[in-house]
Amino acid sequence: MIAEEYVPQIKIDSELISMKKDISVHESKIIASDVSAWFGNVQAIKNISMEIPEHSVVAIIGPSGCGKSTFLRTINRMHETIPKARVSGKILLDGKDVYEMDAVLVRRRIGMVFQKPNPFPTMSVFDNVAAGLRMNGVHSKKNIEEIVEQSLRQAALWNEVKDSLSKSGMSLSGGQQQRLCIARALAVNPEVLLMDEPASALDPISTAKIEELIYELKKNYTIVIVTHNMQQAARVSDFTAFLYMGELIEYDATRTIFTNPNKKETEEYITGRFG
Amino acid sequence: MSMIRYYLRRYFSSFMFILCAFSVVIALIPLFLIFYHTVSLGISAVNVDFFTKLPKPVGESGGGLANAIIGTLILVGIGSCISLPIGIFAGIFLSEYGNNFVGQIVRFLTDVLSGIPSIVAGVVAYTLIVIPMKHFSAYAGGVALGILMIPTVTRTTEEMLKLVPTSLREAALALGISRWKMTLRIVLRTALPGVVTGILLSIARAAGETAPLLFTALNNRFWHTSLNQPIASLTVFIYNYGVSPFEEWVQQAWGGALVLIVMILLVNIGMRTITLNRMKGNQ
Amino acid sequence: MERHFQKELETLKTLLIKMGSMVEENFSSGMKSVENRDEELAMSVITTDKRVDALEIEIDNTILDLLALQQPVARDLRLIIAAQKINNDLERISDHAVNIAQSALNLEKFEQVELFPEIIEMAKLTRTMLKDALDGFILLDAVLANNVLVADDTIDEMNRAVTRRVIQLVKENPSCIEAALEFIRISRNVERVADLSTNIAEEIIFLTKARIVKHHGTEMPDADKESPAR
Repeated sequence: MIAEEYVPQIKIDSELISMKKDISVHESKIIASDVSAWFGNVQAIKNISMEIPEHSVVAIIGPSGCGKSTFLRTINRMHETIPKARVSGKILLDGKDVYEMDAVLVRRRIGMVFQKPNPFPTMSVFDNVAAGLRMNGVHSKKNIEEIVEQSLRQAALWNEVKDSLSKSGMSLSGGQQQRLCIARALAVNPEVLLMDEPASALDPISTAKIEELIYELKKNYTIVIVTHNMQQAARVSDFTAFLYMGELIEYDATRTIFTNPNKKETEEYITGRFG
Repeated sequence: MSMIRYYLRRYFSSFMFILCAFSVVIALIPLFLIFYHTVSLGISAVNVDFFTKLPKPVGESGGGLANAIIGTLILVGIGSCISLPIGIFAGIFLSEYGNNFVGQIVRFLTDVLSGIPSIVAGVVAYTLIVIPMKHFSAYAGGVALGILMIPTVTRTTEEMLKLVPTSLREAALALGISRWKMTLRIVLRTALPGVVTGILLSIARAAGETAPLLFTALNNRFWHTSLNQPIASLTVFIYNYGVSPFEEWVQQAWGGALVLIVMILLVNIGMRTITLNRMKGNQ
Repeated sequence: MERHFQKELETLKTLLIKMGSMVEENFSSGMKSVENRDEELAMSVITTDKRVDALEIEIDNTILDLLALQQPVARDLRLIIAAQKINNDLERISDHAVNIAQSALNLEKFEQVELFPEIIEMAKLTRTMLKDALDGFILLDAVLANNVLVADDTIDEMNRAVTRRVIQLVKENPSCIEAALEFIRISRNVERVADLSTNIAEEIIFLTKARIVKHHGTEMPDADKESPAR
């Protein structure tokens, strides 16, 4: 269910149309179909179905404990790494169910950035970014150097670290560490990037940098971001999904959700009248 | 009225402090006595010959315990070859895959193993290796030491691996790295300083064992020609010479004790240095 | 750090400026169609107004998006609020231009009655006011805006003069009453355009000085002077 974009009733000069937010009518990159997940006997998400178009940013919002992170982690099969965790339903990546593919290969195509920056502490900045590459069999030194530089540029970190690539990954500031983690995730060339509250541990300036970064990245990647900050979802995403108590309440274009949502619960949550 | 209470409190506080300080001093006395005696009695025996020559026969003076020093190193080496792979992999198993019934059993058995008296380990090695082979050997001694080292290495490895935060494991998995690669090349690498500390700890313990060697490696007054033969060791040497009636031998025993203590001290210093470096590296 | 939100604000400004020049153009076409009794020109004013209406809706939606999705503050917020009001004012100016064009069509039958020079003068001054208001928006120039506020008084004077002239005309020549009524209608519409231009000028002063200058002349006290920490 991809929302329809507003179309003016009367044709006006074409140059004036450029203002419209570029909601793509691209194909679906990921289709979640009746996805449920459990922690042991406790059901965390119930029958979630949604389509994520390619080269778009989809935000998932909702109150604490509503299952946003759990759903995100079912997409790249990280949920099952927790003992006694279980998933049902299908997640189609370009039409193929990820639960029928090799989990390791899925995670190379769908990358993830976590809430708290977690660079590998024993490695330098360079080695951190190269880690995924080296462990997946890439050994050519020149190749690795190129990819590391490209990834750091894409993460808007290159200029800040290009002279100190051999310093420990932990010597960077919080915002820089998070961008390092983004570069590390990008280095293995995923098609989709999942971000679990990537800016919640950062100060406002770093947060703004990361938001700009997401805006740039969506040209080349498909991004799904979980955030508890509604305004961030409004600023950054093309589509927004509102989850509550494990269920998908509403999923629509961001501008619709934030100007005129369909469901009462959505409006109550967004206007802060919840609870 | 409250003034009395106040002073009572103060004096009681001071009294407890003095008690604690006094206890510390008393506890350290044996340590200093040992050091003092060993150094003063042993230093005279230590000379270059000590490290290069074989023991001389009864009656002749001079000689050294080169073979004993090398012997200890070899025995600990064999023990390490056995215990390190077993211990590290067992530690990895317990930490990464051991949150279940099987893991509990393994942990329990490891704890039991760490509690057995060292002489029992010697008896086991005697039964398993010496008797079938029909002679004493360095292999047997190494096995005995290995048995003693395994629990320490296992438990330390497990604890150090558990200290590595889950977020690192998740970061690695999310990059599409397979589980075993993640465990070895990321988790183990992060925990490495701690694991090395555990290894050195077990080495230090093994180097100081005497009882298990008595009927596995036995002793050897000469160089061993193969590992299939009995081999000398510092601890057994000290034991034999220490109770002998010859004054020169007793002195050499003290010398041996000094060398042993210094070796273990160096290992401890090594441990501290690694830990300090790691803390500096994390900043 | 350049944020893509700033680019969107620039686009909003560009849209408004485009609308402004369309409306300016439409108003002078409207007046010209009356002066020259040009039927074709009058019709084109009416069609152009439809484009202006569509553009107004477009800008409204853009502003709604920017407010809902970007949570603007300070000067960004003032710009957007001013843009909203200017948007509405411009649309109404175009509506008045259409009314004037209507009058041109109605005056077809009365070719012989010349348009009062007073009305032509008024329209000229109004046109300058509108231009100044729009330039003031582009340049964020409060001085230009102030000129507009001052000129509005002259317009009111001129409107009253036209009414007197019309009364005189009707007294002299009662058969001209239909034309005269059209003249009053035109004059009133021009006066409204001047009024709306004044509104725009007030918005610009709000935008540049963060001061609310309503119903011109009566400036509200400075917000700073009211702060509790004194």
